[in-house]
Amino acid sequence: MSRLRVLKRVGLLAAIVIALILPLIAPDPSTTNLAVFTVMYIGLATSWNIMGGYTGYISLGHAAFFGFGAYSLGLLSNHLNVAPGYAPFLLVPVAGVISGLVAVLIGWIALRTRAATFVIVTIAFMFMGQLLAENLVKLTGGGAGLGFPYPQQWGGDFYNTPFYYAMLALAFLALATSWTIRRSKFGLGLLAIRDDEDKALAVGVPTRRFKLAAFTISAIPVGMIGAVYGYYVTYVYPQFVFDPLIGISMVLMVFLGGLGTLAGPVLGALLLEPAQLQFAYRFGASRLYLVFYAAVFLLVMLFLPRGVVPSVQELLQRRRQELASP
Amino acid sequence: MSLLEVSHLSKRFGGVVAVDGCSLSVAEQSITGLIGPNGSGKTTVFNLVTGFIPPDSGEVRYKSQAIGGMGPDRIYARGIGRTFQLARIFPRLTTLENMLVPVRRAGLRALLSHGQWGHERDRAMQMLEFMEISHVARTLAGALSYGQRKLLELAAVMMARPDLVLLDEPAGGVNPALLEKIGGHIHELNRQGVTFLIVEHNMGFVMNLCHQVVVLHQGRAIASGDPKTVRQNPAVLDAYLGA
Amino acid sequence: MRIVLEAAVLGVLTGGVYALMASGLTLIFGVMRIINVGQGALVILGAYLSFALSRSIHLDPFLTLIVTMPVMFLLGIGLQFVFIRPLKTDREALSVLITYAIALGIEGVLGFFFTTNYIELRAWYETASFAIFGFHVTWVYVFGFLLCLAILGALFVLLYRTSFGAALRATMLNRTAAQLVGVDVDRVSALAFGIGVATAAAGGVVFGVTNAFNPGSHYDLISRLLSIIVLGGLGSLRGAIIAALIMLVTTDIAAVVISPVWASFVFFIILVLVLIVRPQGLYGVRVRERI
Repeated sequence: MSRLRVLKRVGLLAAIVIALILPLIAPDPSTTNLAVFTVMYIGLATSWNIMGGYTGYISLGHAAFFGFGAYSLGLLSNHLNVAPGYAPFLLVPVAGVISGLVAVLIGWIALRTRAATFVIVTIAFMFMGQLLAENLVKLTGGGAGLGFPYPQQWGGDFYNTPFYYAMLALAFLALATSWTIRRSKFGLGLLAIRDDEDKALAVGVPTRRFKLAAFTISAIPVGMIGAVYGYYVTYVYPQFVFDPLIGISMVLMVFLGGLGTLAGPVLGALLLEPAQLQFAYRFGASRLYLVFYAAVFLLVMLFLPRGVVPSVQELLQRRRQELASP
Repeated sequence: MSLLEVSHLSKRFGGVVAVDGCSLSVAEQSITGLIGPNGSGKTTVFNLVTGFIPPDSGEVRYKSQAIGGMGPDRIYARGIGRTFQLARIFPRLTTLENMLVPVRRAGLRALLSHGQWGHERDRAMQMLEFMEISHVARTLAGALSYGQRKLLELAAVMMARPDLVLLDEPAGGVNPALLEKIGGHIHELNRQGVTFLIVEHNMGFVMNLCHQVVVLHQGRAIASGDPKTVRQNPAVLDAYLGA
Repeated sequence: MRIVLEAAVLGVLTGGVYALMASGLTLIFGVMRIINVGQGALVILGAYLSFALSRSIHLDPFLTLIVTMPVMFLLGIGLQFVFIRPLKTDREALSVLITYAIALGIEGVLGFFFTTNYIELRAWYETASFAIFGFHVTWVYVFGFLLCLAILGALFVLLYRTSFGAALRATMLNRTAAQLVGVDVDRVSALAFGIGVATAAAGGVVFGVTNAFNPGSHYDLISRLLSIIVLGGLGSLRGAIIAALIMLVTTDIAAVVISPVWASFVFFIILVLVLIVRPQGLYGVRVRERI
């Protein structure tokens, strides 16, 4: 095993250990709150990457699944009179399944189109979700929002901890899914679609089915994460879960870290989410944080369109080649 | 016995008739050449047979079963492979990964196809060795030379063990040394039982390699037979020199 | 029946401004193969510019266009030069994200200067109306409609009666071929982007006198505009105009027949139906990359 590989494994192990014991070493609520949102975005970006990174089909509407997940859990736990505490977490997979079903429906329609039109259609579907949540007042409460069970028993420093671990579990789930797909024949088919869709068809890749499968698989964790988010914030409004900014954030994180890579979305979320929260906290009222956001976005697109991870990989590769042939 | 049977196939694009009642057959175990002047509809025939465009009328039968109207992926799963005019590969995948993309299981079962390891990988390496490009197995395909891409495209198509392979200008833009190599590979694969249908402008290449030649003119097959006879057919000479 | 007819008339009148805004969007797509997701924000920016001008020097909102259209035209050229032109690979995908970012930036800046309160452009004749065949029609809607018609007419003259228009249409049909016959494709692209953004200025005024808006209004607007150009067929000017009329007449009728809150939803339902039946839109060509 090369030294680099050992280093990588040790680093990975350390990261996992730190992630697992974080609420123990930094129990104050402001830190754990930041951790909940950062880990949430690791999961979101990783899931988005399964569709956007591997197949190259950019969805700007993944916030729709976030919203459907949140509303599913809220409505289910209210109607089933689920007691606040750990019980609502058991419904999270149900929210994932519902988001997955919605994804099949949306994907079936949106994937009739390619590239540019697909992007547009995903945006349209997100706004459809928002309108549904706003207009089906009897079901969702409309613009007045939807309340979740409130776990009063988790007071003080502990409150964030269950949510942190729930988000962490979902992020691991997304990462494991992404990793498995990347190493499977299915994953290769997706990458082939990204490179040349017609050629992929010509060598037998059932592109329609593969794309729909990838779209659905990438939507399910997003729905589950949305569900946990809703429970965490205890009250959701249509425009704050079917939020275009959530949809674009995952995309930006993936682009910043590296499209189609495993580590890229994680890195992107780690870099961006804390900064984003800081800015929203400081300049939220003046909406100036949007300008900051746009600026980061434009800089990444113009100067680092391939992302940090591929750029670093390339650098290492070149160094290695130089060392090999002096 | 014919492996592929095309009968009365037609396709028009707007007002232009690209293929006009074309009928031809490809004998099992043969190397069949499909020749004709530019715009005679050769590539359209390829696209019709491989399901990239639906025919307006006519029938395509493969192993005596109608395959008209099926999508390209299903047709590939049935055992018909194809290459493209300007070698098309997946540039951001490595050469070896390119070899592992082809799927020969139709529909949802393709999702559960085996991974990238073991048996399939060994076979891919063997194929790359056969094509003499195994030394670039770990290189990104986008960095390969044009000749290497041509060989890779052919090698990748062979991965799912098709019985019939349609080659669109295998000799196009290739230097004489490589041309001989490609001809040799086709010949060897044919000896192992693969049937070929080849669109090609390089007459020397066609006459050397093909057992049988079909001549297309204005979207119809106007002559077919062994290369020597076809070459002396007056209608063929007219088509090439007259029109 | 009466209110349905009245809604249809209103739909045609408001359809005009959507036709104008969508034309700019589809023109940019046609020439550059990029989708300007920032078009909605640029419309809102145009509305705010007119708002600022009409308030500070007491100009009629429609007259502010003399200033805002050239300014927005230059802004468009600038945006194209700085953000779109440097894109070398994957333009289609990256440009969507870049223009999205531009939209966010505009929203942020507008929010900073004007707050997020809803405002409206005001003209002294804003409530004046006239009756025709018993229908009450508000003058501002008519003015807005006529203005859009005039600008669309000018756009068509530019496209079909000038040599620049010929170069532009050539670029839309086949970029490479246009380049080969000597069209300066970069220049055409910059000007087309400028024109597209200038139409946003005009659209902004008309939108602003007929709707209350705030910096976040661009989301709703852009999702409508995008739906329109998909319905019309990406890159088709005629398609965009017809689609805008279809969409607005349908939604305005839906607003009175069903309920105003579902009007936008009807919009998306039409889009979905189109995608199922005819994914390339009304006037679009089916995109099949080089086979």
